[in-house]
Amino acid sequence: MKTSFTLNGQAASLDLDPRTTLLDALRERLDLKGSKKGCDHGQCGACTVLVNGRRINACLSLAVTHEGDEITTIEGLAQDETLHPVQAAFLAQDAFQCGYCTPGQICSTIGMLKEAADGWASLATEDLTADIVLTDEEIRERMSGNLCRCSAYPQILAAIRTAGGLA
Amino acid sequence: MKAFTYERPGDVATALALVAEIPGARFLAGGTNLVDLMKLRIEQPTHLVDVSRLPLAEIEDTPEGGLRLGAMTTNSQVAADARVRARYPALAQAILSGASGQLRNKATTAGNLLQRTRCPYFYDTSKPCNKRAPGAGCAAIGGISSNTAIFGASDACIATHPSDMAVALTALDAKVETQSGAGEARVLALEGFHRLPGDTPHVETELRPAEMITAVVLPPPPPGGQIYRKARERASYAFAIGSVAVAGGRVALGAVAHKPWRAEAAELALEQGASPAEAMDAELRAARPDGHNDYKLKLMARLGAACLTTTGAGDGQ
Amino acid sequence: MSSVKDWAAPTPISENRGGLIGKGVDRYEGRLKVTGSAPFAYEVEAPSPPAYGVLIASPIAKGTVTLADISEARVAPGVLLVWTPHNVPAQGERGAKINPRSQRGSNPALAERIEHFGQHVGFVVADTLENAKAAAALVRFDYAAEPADLIFEDNLDAADQPEGEEDVRVGDFEAAFAGAPVRLDETYVSPLQNHAQMEPCATTAWWDGDNVTVHTSIQMVKGGQHTLAETLMIPSTQVRLVTRYIGGGFGGKGQAYDDLTLAALAARELGQPVKVAYTRQQMFQATIHRPAVHMRVRLGAQADGRLDAFALEAVTHCRRETPFTEHAANFARSLYAAPNRLTGHRLVKLDIPAAGPMRAPGEASGMLSLECAMDELAEQLGLDPIELRLRNEPETDPETGKPFSTRQLVRCMTEGAQRFGWDRRHPKPGQVRDGRWLVGLGMAAAIRGNFLLPAKAGVRIDADGTITLRQGMTDIGTGTYTILAQITAETLGVPLAQVKVELGDSDFPPAPGSGGQFGAATAGSAAFAAGMNLRTALAELATGDPNSPLYGDDPELVTFGGGHIAVDNRAEPLDRLVARAAPDGIYVEGSITPAADARDYSQHTYGAHFAEVGVDPDTGEVRLRRMFGVFAAGRILNAKTAMSQITGGMIWGVGTALHEYNAVDPRYGSFIAQDLAGYHVPAHADIADLSAMFLDEVDDKANPMGIKGVGELGIAGAGAAIANAVYNACGARIRQYPLTPEKVLAALP
Repeated sequence: MKTSFTLNGQAASLDLDPRTTLLDALRERLDLKGSKKGCDHGQCGACTVLVNGRRINACLSLAVTHEGDEITTIEGLAQDETLHPVQAAFLAQDAFQCGYCTPGQICSTIGMLKEAADGWASLATEDLTADIVLTDEEIRERMSGNLCRCSAYPQILAAIRTAGGLA
Repeated sequence: MKAFTYERPGDVATALALVAEIPGARFLAGGTNLVDLMKLRIEQPTHLVDVSRLPLAEIEDTPEGGLRLGAMTTNSQVAADARVRARYPALAQAILSGASGQLRNKATTAGNLLQRTRCPYFYDTSKPCNKRAPGAGCAAIGGISSNTAIFGASDACIATHPSDMAVALTALDAKVETQSGAGEARVLALEGFHRLPGDTPHVETELRPAEMITAVVLPPPPPGGQIYRKARERASYAFAIGSVAVAGGRVALGAVAHKPWRAEAAELALEQGASPAEAMDAELRAARPDGHNDYKLKLMARLGAACLTTTGAGDGQ
Repeated sequence: MSSVKDWAAPTPISENRGGLIGKGVDRYEGRLKVTGSAPFAYEVEAPSPPAYGVLIASPIAKGTVTLADISEARVAPGVLLVWTPHNVPAQGERGAKINPRSQRGSNPALAERIEHFGQHVGFVVADTLENAKAAAALVRFDYAAEPADLIFEDNLDAADQPEGEEDVRVGDFEAAFAGAPVRLDETYVSPLQNHAQMEPCATTAWWDGDNVTVHTSIQMVKGGQHTLAETLMIPSTQVRLVTRYIGGGFGGKGQAYDDLTLAALAARELGQPVKVAYTRQQMFQATIHRPAVHMRVRLGAQADGRLDAFALEAVTHCRRETPFTEHAANFARSLYAAPNRLTGHRLVKLDIPAAGPMRAPGEASGMLSLECAMDELAEQLGLDPIELRLRNEPETDPETGKPFSTRQLVRCMTEGAQRFGWDRRHPKPGQVRDGRWLVGLGMAAAIRGNFLLPAKAGVRIDADGTITLRQGMTDIGTGTYTILAQITAETLGVPLAQVKVELGDSDFPPAPGSGGQFGAATAGSAAFAAGMNLRTALAELATGDPNSPLYGDDPELVTFGGGHIAVDNRAEPLDRLVARAAPDGIYVEGSITPAADARDYSQHTYGAHFAEVGVDPDTGEVRLRRMFGVFAAGRILNAKTAMSQITGGMIWGVGTALHEYNAVDPRYGSFIAQDLAGYHVPAHADIADLSAMFLDEVDDKANPMGIKGVGELGIAGAGAAIANAVYNACGARIRQYPLTPEKVLAALP
């Protein structure tokens, strides 16, 4: 069925099998293979993309449900040759090894920083009514939906602190 | 996935009519559980009625001093709401204990209540499961899962309900508002919304065919402290092996039964002056562990007592 | 054949004039990875649009496929091909070219005989992934199931000595143990674990005439190429295997799986590219795993802590048809002094998926036993755990008497203790609280062997001065691209930006691949040799070229630096020389082989782990609070990527100690955890403040560059440090890993 959305700032329109997930639409139909399939069941976070500015698992979202949405993937972050600050921080801090979870980690970081800026609490927030301070513990809890089997977590934390202006 | 058709009606009445009329039609909200299960062919709808954009995503104050959470509010939205955080901290903690930031951004209030068990034998479709195929048998019985029910299990099913949010909502005495195709509206106590497995573990809630949850209503916050604590096998992004919600004098337990488990015996004991530990002992007297999940007795006794102590529920009675 | 003595001579690497060796430069392929533009195997662009293959798994553990009805699936929308044991094309026998046997993979794909739950019995190819998946559910199978041996613990009595192995005995262990004044005799159990690489196995394949090209996610290029050639019954020269980026391997992608076989067969059958990926569930059931190990440790000590008697006996399991031994006792042969010693292994054969190598095979399991036993013995003796280890520090290899090439274990422990604040540890458990948390400290030693394997590399310089290093090596996230660029640039005295590295192609000079933490040393040494040969070629070119300022100079006196070739103050840029004197460029190869006398030394990497944990007395949950490691692993090539490797390994230790296990259902032979919600690898919140440092070291017995591996050392012993910290926190000594809330709670008073 016909579905249109904005993808990395460009209008995109395609005729979709309703069974196609957003992840498979990106990877197999739209040639955007940066979003990764690690588990296909919302259990790893490698497929994280931003929809209307919020991070979601693209593997658990049917593409046809995204009519009119603004979707940002890892491919939409860098401006020509200039990396997005989160990408640059991941590179500088060696916040990845095999690189397979990395696009999801980066998109998740961008979504997470926005959530924190919007004042959303996390399980690590001690006082639910106070302003959010992005401590290391907060970042770790908020990023726990992105597994990294290479276990680059200390480096990911360092990258997020750098990119978030917290370092 | 088995082939299906999809549509996105603009209003609740149309959505209800579609699901009532089309055999095998299902509501699709956030999809974080339904799509997951469709990929495994555990769910095989013929038609998906996308209700995620229906105007049911508001959080409103009720005249009684409570809150009405629209069915399509996301878990993130509810947990971030200043009123929820200030007045229903157990609910915010429970939601934030569950899943991941990404999943909470999609998962809805209604969908969370309707999520299905995480029993590994339910997920492995090569095994018999009375939820998937009524009458097939239960592979979890005699199996090796240790995250099974200690309360209210049956010979047909020993699975647990995986929600964190629903445990807090049970302690908070929330109500579920529904509508069905004929325009009939109902209000159900969350406490009675989920069923014990009995002989029909595939029937998980009191929701009727083609009936839709439209909202969850929180009564005014009860006097006294609130808490939600969850034990699990890793620090985050893992289902509970046991959880406790306390709100005022009400206590609910998670990951111990086919439904969020209201700990009435513990509440009664507290009313009668029992200590937190005594109250939990009173509750756990009815527990029936199966050899693989015996640890849940000690876990719930200690975690429950700790939560009751923190909230002061067992003091000064 | 070379001698280790040759390796001690100064080299461009040991001189490090460009300063590139050791420098923490960004990953060579990092920009591609952070922009999502590094194509993994399933993402490679094929010459024409690929069809999609999906696999169907057996629901029984042992038996035979008696019926496979494809009638419905064959006519489902978009379906191009349906294969079952009854119509899959013939496949050749594997094995002749593949050693070790554990790399041969299952054979053949879609066999009629079922040897484990989850073995693939069907394969569907369709025009879209959605159609392929839908059709896969329409294939009907019947089976004749047979009784199977599924449970390790139920079959311990059936354990046999692995073929070709004997127990290692030194002195008279039994007599010494019986006579020792202080004794410990405990059994520790490490669980079955899954690799859980983030990228599932995947292959994209296409044919051009009689030649097949496969892009696949595999750690060993040559092994995969030969396996596929044997399976397809064609010469290896007709198979091009490419593996540019690998989304995690950890030993689990050392071999060819059914995605590779079936993608290649189907692409041939259909005359169209085909791609196949495992599902996450198939990754659990249809690849290898680390087997569970029962380890009996017996220690007999004098009152002063000196060990008289030491034994570690390990019983583990493998798949009936795929012999593999998790050598959990081997590490202990070189760790602590004791005149009377016994180490050995026993193996139980089961009808479950194949056991195989997983990050630090042997050490990762084995050190969980001995390093806890030492903690227990230290308490019995009233000694600090570090002091006990110091008193048993050997001067030479305790089993063979060979000299150590290097051994800085003592410094790792003492330096770590000081930096970590080990003196804050309360010797009596259960004494420290922080809020509701019981807090404790623990430590453990780390040892992991070091190996060098034969490898080749090719390097060319083009007329524009670009230097390209090519090798049939892989980078599984280890940093291979980066360190090879650094070695090549340093060897030839050029800026890093002038070097290109191309890996993971069977057309390139062969290297053994990634595994056993031998990758950097092996691939790097070959790259270094190739670079040295290119230096020689360039020196001869310049000194023999009348137009070069170096004309007539002695080639032996030529130096390289700053992109120039020089003798004294006569110099010219490399690009100018090559453009003029060898406009088609120069290509040379180099190779490395182990030194003839390498085995005269006991050669290992070492470390010490320090951990602080909190135990929640309400739930038995354990949370890491702090972890620090000190390691000695030869010359470090890249401070950044080596640190990532070592901290990643330590985090694997955290997962091993606290979360990770799988179990086999005794009725079905299936794993209880078949996805990442059920199998708990560490999440970000599990990892608190965790860091490490390397001691300065050059091991000139290791290879010409004095480097060793770091990929597996970090996990060795790490889990034991956590378990010891849990004991120190709460007094719960749990000898069955992982330390789940269930077990900790049971052990708490």
